[in-house]
Amino acid sequence: MSGIPHDHYEPKTGAEKWLHSRLPIVGLLYDTLMIPTPKNLNWMWIWGIILTFCLAMQIVTGIVLVMHYTPHVDIAFASIEHIMRNVNGGHMIRYLHMNGASLFFFAVYIHIFRGLYYGSYKAPREITWIVGMLIYLMMMGTAFMGYVLPWGQMSFWGATVITGLFGAIPFIGEPIQTWLLGGPAVDNATLNRFFSLHYLLPFVIAALVAVHIWAFHSTGNNNPTGVEVRRGSKAEAEKDTLPFWPYFVMKDLFALGLILVIFFAVVGFMPNYLGHPDNYIEANALATPAHIVPEWYFLPFYAILRAFTADVWVVQLTSWITGGIVDAKFFGVLAMFGAIAVMALAPWLDTSRVRSGRYRPMFKWWFAILVVDFIVLMWVGARPTDFPYDWISLIASAYWFAYFLVILPLLGVIEKPMTPPETIEADFEAHYGKADTPAE
Amino acid sequence: MKPSLNNDLDGCGFRALLSYGAGLGLENGEYLVSHAEDHEGTRRDFLYYATAGAGAVATGAAVWPLVNQMNPSADVQALSSIRVDVSDVAPGTQLTVKWLGKPVFIRRRTPEEIEAANAVSMDDLPDPDARNANIDAGSPAVDINRGLLPPGAEEGTDSEWLVMMGVCTHLGCVPLGDGAGEFGGWFCPCHGSHYDTAGRIRKGPAPQNLPVPPAAFVDATTIKLG
Repeated sequence: MSGIPHDHYEPKTGAEKWLHSRLPIVGLLYDTLMIPTPKNLNWMWIWGIILTFCLAMQIVTGIVLVMHYTPHVDIAFASIEHIMRNVNGGHMIRYLHMNGASLFFFAVYIHIFRGLYYGSYKAPREITWIVGMLIYLMMMGTAFMGYVLPWGQMSFWGATVITGLFGAIPFIGEPIQTWLLGGPAVDNATLNRFFSLHYLLPFVIAALVAVHIWAFHSTGNNNPTGVEVRRGSKAEAEKDTLPFWPYFVMKDLFALGLILVIFFAVVGFMPNYLGHPDNYIEANALATPAHIVPEWYFLPFYAILRAFTADVWVVQLTSWITGGIVDAKFFGVLAMFGAIAVMALAPWLDTSRVRSGRYRPMFKWWFAILVVDFIVLMWVGARPTDFPYDWISLIASAYWFAYFLVILPLLGVIEKPMTPPETIEADFEAHYGKADTPAE
Repeated sequence: MKPSLNNDLDGCGFRALLSYGAGLGLENGEYLVSHAEDHEGTRRDFLYYATAGAGAVATGAAVWPLVNQMNPSADVQALSSIRVDVSDVAPGTQLTVKWLGKPVFIRRRTPEEIEAANAVSMDDLPDPDARNANIDAGSPAVDINRGLLPPGAEEGTDSEWLVMMGVCTHLGCVPLGDGAGEFGGWFCPCHGSHYDTAGRIRKGPAPQNLPVPPAAFVDATTIKLG
């Protein structure tokens, strides 16, 4: 599986050989688990395991929640309260599922920004990156539809606003919106199909995760130096790597333990902190909550959606060029999806020959601004749309696009990068000294 | 291009290829296996296209029902037209009914409200379009183009009945009624859009007047929506 030379599984007993010649599944698992992993990985490389754990937790808690939930507009809200009050331990399972989504997105954002800083998206890991972006899109779809299921006020009006985005598509928008909703407005048909897809998509995500892992097991992990593992011989590769099991599994599980302490503190003591009180009011098509806000993990992109109003010159220019086909509403929709698209194109927009941001003095600053920008977008996405928030969201949105479309391509040309270490081993020894004696 | 013998028993194709081989200087009994030089369509090409075509049609036929099942079902479509009893609506009050999953405001206006609506100059209207599905598109947003005429009323007269969608044209919130807002009509609490007593946008981010849906009086006390 891996291009890095290492020991492969050898069946020893008769039974092992019998199975191996028919289905080499033990070998597949062994090679996956024993993958040579750069030994200088820092704590930013734990989030993959956290994410895998989140997916498993969401699937397990989700399956048991479905045993008590009813996807019908008349009973959905009541069945959630039934879970909260009557089902044994139901409130805990639901709070785990609710807050599990938040942990999932928290981890995926750090995971993505890790990749952006250390250049993990660059050749030869473009496929890993693209598959990761697909997983992220699927996660957003799954989380959005899951949030509709409790059939609270925010569920209903969030669904109305977001499916309304499809109505902004010129000419075919309204038929598409009606088709998605199964009627003229969000109603029982919508709830049922969202439930069906909310159950399906996690398994699609699980399959994409397998492809994601397959892809970076083929190229090998990136690492903080961005320097590739030497592959001349097994002995050489072993100087740069350690097997995933037990070294990195143990490290990652330790990190998972710490994060779960915080997670369970949130689930136990402040389970509704990240939610909206309005969602404990049953959906009502005749009354709108005063302030419709998406979940926190959608806020940066929601801010970009709202930033491009009809008085922005880019919007007016686009509208004029397209003869009014692309109006402000559709422009906002394009900007929101475009914000993710430019991120997905990072492998081809980044022109620097140095992979890791650690050795790129100018890049570091622009990247830091991007992180701040993301947080600002998240904050402004929950604010009203009047002054000064309209300007803040517009400037922050503009920086997001500028980073990917202008700064990344230009930096590769104008920046003078530092020289990364020759090998991973050299980097490791510079930090931890010579590894000639086994760790105590 | 290497001529070769083949014991193909396909008589018809065999003969055709024999004559073709002769044209290329091949002897009788020899024919080309490759059709690379053969620019005429062969029966095999036809079979490829026919199979691919049948496959594409069959796939489309199988996918379409799976797509179409997501369109509004018969019971949802059946509700696309409803009748509303307005016999209890006194002047100065309003009724909110759900039609096509969205609120519809039915207000019986007082003479003062109609007067206030008529007093507005067209220059003060951000949206000069009547947005009324029951009259010609693009009609001006004067008050007589907004109201719904009861049976027996003369064409072109003002009506106390105002029927319109209760969905703010900004981001789809439901405006508050009963004289709310600075213009005594409706006010959207989400982002502060003010509508006047004819449901026309006067102030705030909403771009359009509240639209009047297809509606008609079927008798003196019943309005049909849709």
